[in-house]
Amino acid sequence: MPDATKPDQNGQSMWDRVAASHEFRDLMATKKIFIIPAFLFFLVYYFLLPILVGYAPHFMSIKVWGNLNLAYLFALSQFFMAWTIAGLYVRAGDDFDDISNDIIEKALKHENSKGAN
Amino acid sequence: MSAPLIMFLIFIAITLGITYWASKRSAGSSAYFAAGRQIRSWQNGVAVAGDYMSAASFLGIAGIIAFQGYDGFMFSVGWLVAYLTVLLVIAEPLRNAGKYTMADVLAYRLKPRPVRALASLSTLTVSTFYMIAQMVGAGALVALLLKGSGISYTTAVVGVGILMIVYVVFGGMLATTWVQIIKAILLMAGAFLLSILVMAHFHFSFYAFFDAIGHVTYHDKGQEVVKDFLQPGLRYKPPYGPLELISLGLALIFGTAGLPHILVRFYTVPDAKTARHSVVWAMALIGSFYIMTTFLGFGAATIVGRDFIGTHGGTNMSAPLLAQALAGDIFFAFICSIAFATILAVVAGLTISASTSFAHDFWTNVIHRGTERKPGEEVRVARISAFVVGAVAIAIAILLGPTANVAFLVALAFAVAASANLPVIVLSIFWRRFNTTGAVAGLAVGLLASIGLILVSPSLMAVDPPTVTGAARHLIQAKAWFPLENPGILSIPLGFVGAILGTLLSHEPSSTHKFNELLVRSNTGLGAEKAIASH
Repeated sequence: MPDATKPDQNGQSMWDRVAASHEFRDLMATKKIFIIPAFLFFLVYYFLLPILVGYAPHFMSIKVWGNLNLAYLFALSQFFMAWTIAGLYVRAGDDFDDISNDIIEKALKHENSKGAN
Repeated sequence: MSAPLIMFLIFIAITLGITYWASKRSAGSSAYFAAGRQIRSWQNGVAVAGDYMSAASFLGIAGIIAFQGYDGFMFSVGWLVAYLTVLLVIAEPLRNAGKYTMADVLAYRLKPRPVRALASLSTLTVSTFYMIAQMVGAGALVALLLKGSGISYTTAVVGVGILMIVYVVFGGMLATTWVQIIKAILLMAGAFLLSILVMAHFHFSFYAFFDAIGHVTYHDKGQEVVKDFLQPGLRYKPPYGPLELISLGLALIFGTAGLPHILVRFYTVPDAKTARHSVVWAMALIGSFYIMTTFLGFGAATIVGRDFIGTHGGTNMSAPLLAQALAGDIFFAFICSIAFATILAVVAGLTISASTSFAHDFWTNVIHRGTERKPGEEVRVARISAFVVGAVAIAIAILLGPTANVAFLVALAFAVAASANLPVIVLSIFWRRFNTTGAVAGLAVGLLASIGLILVSPSLMAVDPPTVTGAARHLIQAKAWFPLENPGILSIPLGFVGAILGTLLSHEPSSTHKFNELLVRSNTGLGAEKAIASH
């Protein structure tokens, strides 16, 4: 790879140029729309478990089916919550990869044409 | 020769064969430290799961559930859900921007020497403490499982130690990864078979299974008690129980993504996409495993019972004793040998992450300012430090003895990872203003707060009655100053506050200027380290 950290005639390095590009902002926006809500949702959903178990043990001991209670079912649901978010993220990730690959291709082309001059 | 010993010898023979195979493919830094970055997503996923599912999970959680019911299952939940932090926040940026260690990511925009020195110290602290906990557990367990075969605690510790050194020194990351994969598959198979046998015992009726959990009978101080083991509150009781649960949750959710031996795994794959897929593979395995702790733990509580386990080796023997009760001595031997394999693989993973950090961060980039003086020197230093780290862990484990209270070392490892490593990695990737002073302050405060709070916690500070003697006595004989065993609830915010205050109180334009480089690298993979094959 060409020396990308050196600024060009406009005083900008490859990194600054890419960071300011439309495609990169697009990538960051696409990522944020998924990652921030997903992260916050999982934090709230997960910490509800120790909070409810710790501070409302009687509520969590309510039996749902035979001896099976809310506490166990809610704990079990955490596994499926985690798997679901992971599955959705992998699907969203394909979009990130497409945009990233475009950005990389463009940046390298730009650097190579600069080197050829 | 006993059956567990024979099965364990077979495992040793196979893994040594792999080590020999890997040793011929481990020339060069990238091959030695990162398995040439050629590991596939499923392979890395299984290896991550293997690194994570230590004997503490397999034997420890089954034991806690068998003795304290539902509250033990809370560990199981946290240990899987924590991978969402790894998946959403850490794995891809780390793979894109780093080379061999977590400090690589910090070194892009911050002053490399102070940051690497402290990050390396934190890595070594986490790995060594975690390793000592595993070794003491291993020694006690091996001596117990192989009772009658003449293997003592010391022999067991030395044996486990030598094997882990051999894997790491000769086979590098490639051998460690494959040892991890084999062990994870064995562990999953063992847990699955045990679960099926437990359900067969209840004629495959979940209703009957949960019904039995509803009235577990055992003796407490001579009195017969009947308890509903599915009800919360057997372990975490007021006044501090609820806070302890939340603090444990915080340590798991933020600590897992800061465990050095997990982080290094993401450097072994070709790119960020593979890293992402490998986390999902790991989550599939880890989740299935921890759901199965329901059958292992509650199965042991209902089928074997607390009374019997208590007089036949204690909590850690719950899963093996369950195997014996359900399918006899050969299955007992199989489960025991899986437990050995688990311990061995995890200590090998810890050793390679510790020695990589020492060689790459401390030797090459702190002492010698970022230049490898001779080709191959970094790998040579790593091999020597793997040897030293292993020898130190063996010595300390022998010194502490089989009855030492080491459970707090695992809590400490997670606390340091969550309070020192994670805040600094996250702020470095996401906060433009973040700088070297902030990183140094965050690492130092997180490290000191975790160690300090654990020193004055009930794990190390309590008043024992005179009947408690030797290694089982608490280190400080006074009432604990900090009421929780898990310091996360206080030490994680302290780590973040240290990092943020350090940043705001200092000025370092260069770290802000170079933020764009890290931002672009970590998010797109532009300029990321390539797999060996593509060269």
